[in-house]
Amino acid sequence: MNNNTERRLALSDEILLSIDKPARYIGNEVNMARKNLKDIDVRFCMCFPDVYEIGMSHLGIQILYDMFNKMEGVYCERVYSPWHDLDKIMRERHIPLFALETQQPVKDFDFLGITIQYEMCYTNILQILDLSGIPLIAAERDETSPIVIGGGPCTYNPEPIAEFFDIFYIGEGETRYQQLIECYRKNRDNGGSREDFLRMAAKLSGIYVPRFYNVSYNEDGTLKSFTPAEEGIPKTIKKEIVMDVSNTFYPDKPLVPFIRATQDRVVLEIQRGCIRGCRFCQAGMIYRPVRERDVDYLKSMAKKMLESTGHDEISLSSLSSSDYSKLNELLLFLIEEYKGKGVNISLPSLRVDAFSLDIMSKVQDVRKSSLTFAPEAGSQRLRNVINKGLTEENILTGCGLAFKGGWNKVKLYFMLGLPTETREDMEGIALLSEKIAEKYYEIPKSERNSKISITASSSFFIPKPFTPFQWASMCTKEEFLNRAKVVNDKFKEMLNKKSMKYNWHEADVSVIEGLLARGDRRVSRVILNAYNSGCIYDAWGDSFVNEKWMKAVLDAGIDLYFYTTRQREPDELFPWDFIDTGVSKSFLRREWERAYKEQVTPNCRIQCSGCGAKAFGGGVCYENTN
Amino acid sequence: MKIRIKFAKRGSLKFVGHLDTMRYFQKLIRRAGIDIAYSEGFNPHQKLSFAQPLGVGMLSEGEYVDIEVNSTFSSREAIKRMNDANVDDLEILSYRRLSDNAGNAMASVAAADYMIELREGKRPVSFDFLREFTLFINSSDKITVLKETKKSQIETDIKPYIYKFGGDNEKLTIRLSCGSVTNIKPELVMEAFCKYINFEPPPFTFIYTRLEVYGINDKGYIPLEAFGDDII
Repeated sequence: MNNNTERRLALSDEILLSIDKPARYIGNEVNMARKNLKDIDVRFCMCFPDVYEIGMSHLGIQILYDMFNKMEGVYCERVYSPWHDLDKIMRERHIPLFALETQQPVKDFDFLGITIQYEMCYTNILQILDLSGIPLIAAERDETSPIVIGGGPCTYNPEPIAEFFDIFYIGEGETRYQQLIECYRKNRDNGGSREDFLRMAAKLSGIYVPRFYNVSYNEDGTLKSFTPAEEGIPKTIKKEIVMDVSNTFYPDKPLVPFIRATQDRVVLEIQRGCIRGCRFCQAGMIYRPVRERDVDYLKSMAKKMLESTGHDEISLSSLSSSDYSKLNELLLFLIEEYKGKGVNISLPSLRVDAFSLDIMSKVQDVRKSSLTFAPEAGSQRLRNVINKGLTEENILTGCGLAFKGGWNKVKLYFMLGLPTETREDMEGIALLSEKIAEKYYEIPKSERNSKISITASSSFFIPKPFTPFQWASMCTKEEFLNRAKVVNDKFKEMLNKKSMKYNWHEADVSVIEGLLARGDRRVSRVILNAYNSGCIYDAWGDSFVNEKWMKAVLDAGIDLYFYTTRQREPDELFPWDFIDTGVSKSFLRREWERAYKEQVTPNCRIQCSGCGAKAFGGGVCYENTN
Repeated sequence: MKIRIKFAKRGSLKFVGHLDTMRYFQKLIRRAGIDIAYSEGFNPHQKLSFAQPLGVGMLSEGEYVDIEVNSTFSSREAIKRMNDANVDDLEILSYRRLSDNAGNAMASVAAADYMIELREGKRPVSFDFLREFTLFINSSDKITVLKETKKSQIETDIKPYIYKFGGDNEKLTIRLSCGSVTNIKPELVMEAFCKYINFEPPPFTFIYTRLEVYGINDKGYIPLEAFGDDII
């Protein structure tokens, strides 16, 4: 693989040697795609708007990178957010943002595709555009700007960032890009304009072009209408989805970074979707129906990826790995094949039972590893409200088994601020932790492996679009902190308080996330203001400046509470309602009502609840009837 | 069985630090299918040790890593397999078997050769590198520098540790004591030199390339790779 054409780095040695982790910006990683630009007529730059180590850990980009580079005439490169130190230098010296592969300016590409995984990266999107020299507002771009495309979970409500994008690709990326690129070529051959291409694109399935839609608002600020501005532009956008997940794109030669990425291992995605239906969980709704990958396909992919990367670790990825029907077979294969060959198997959070404990004891050092549970709520009542199937009995039985097996560290994840939450529910977090500690001391002293250590963490509940809780009121910052204090105080009363630790998430950033999650087009002004006042890397605690965001909200003339604490009317038109995820609004509404009645809805394997996603022709409910 | 591998680190790889280079090597060895030995325990690690860390920013034509293997390809085959699995700018130069009683790479290091060049645009007017440096060495009885240790700074005379030098008007090659006993960095020598010629170098004036690392035996300084034999 020796080079005949010298790659010239975009940054000088002087710059690279004066910034932190210069290897973030040099490309040249193992399995990087190399193409001769003479054979290329479409250049696509794929962006994860966060720092390199985070972006390189994202499976979706690796899948799409591999897919694009398999297309003839297309060269897909990558770009990540420059860290604060380089950001400053690039602005001072007017250095344009460049792609890692060819080190050439992003501005010269045909497409800039940005994956949007969490709301708190929105200012980083503006940073990417700004450093590239692309106008931030899509309407101000001319024929020389790349087409800016957004994809990923946050695009299920694209409205707060609609002004910054030419196109949103709604749904899974494997299905529609080839067609989109064909459109682009055809339009170029015909001498068509940017606008002509966008109009063609807007008629493709799964493609949303915000400029072709008009919005109007009621006097109370809620959405009145959302309609196509031209004839031929579809009213609703149906999400794209891959139904045969064992016969699609998957990178058998993933990129291997030089510096340690957050995911420094082979990631094997075993299934998409989730059967569980937790009412707060957006992923559990928008990725329906559940689609499992064939176990033999996974075995062969695992082998290929370990060989092509040289990674010493493999991990399984999915929303709920214990629900994968061939999990035992897959795990036993991996242990058999790789244990003792210097390859670690990192287990996802599995349901704790005899089988998983046996597997865990084979691949981890019991004394060092911890058990993880996500009860999400402190009482059975509230767990019924959120439809979290895990019961106290499940947890205590699992812990009992694990403690006998030598484990003595437990991590518990909760949410605070859930709909209908009472003081009792909050205190339940401390009480459940205490019960687990007591369970540990039921074991005879001679069989105990030192002290028990329990860490309970709360995040704050943020209602997300396309969940049964999309109508819900969100707490204010003060209310969040009050609730955390209730829990913390209760922990202090517990007998085993010395073995327990309680943490909670930052409340102010949760409020902003709540605003962005259920925002409409008017919220884009807030993001722009925040960026212009210097906000970037808001997902990083050290970088987030709440005062700047509060001022941005104020200057935009936006009522924060309208978007966060306001409980929505049953028939309210939401900014994201034009997207069809397959899960119907009436199902979500039914689930919202059942939540208030504390009624549990069985998972998809037990019984179909008629969410609507069956229409895609897959899922366990579909398989049961066909 | 012990194997000594020599490699070059060029171009963009100078921005990859020592620890990341180690991690890179661990993966390279697996990609190339080298039958490396692992330690026991829950998290087995490869038996692998580097001779002398190379700082970020420095290039090298002579880096060394020793590994332990259960079985091996021929040298030629192993080099080919590793280079096929390599990125640009990193090249395996030799792969040789060491005798079982050979000292490990790190403990064997006694000296290293460096090439020092001036970066474009940072060169003082009418500057003859070798001539100026020769003058500097010949006219100084002692070359005292402040050496940073973990706890404090100490004044050291480094002249006895500059073993030889050569070059021309544009570049200097220099052999310095290296390793765990007395490690003299070329930057330290350049600092003293610049002070002597009264030249305040702008940042990043010099480009450093490590050319070779030596061990020592009764015949004198021997390149580390010469302690091993090619596997046919």
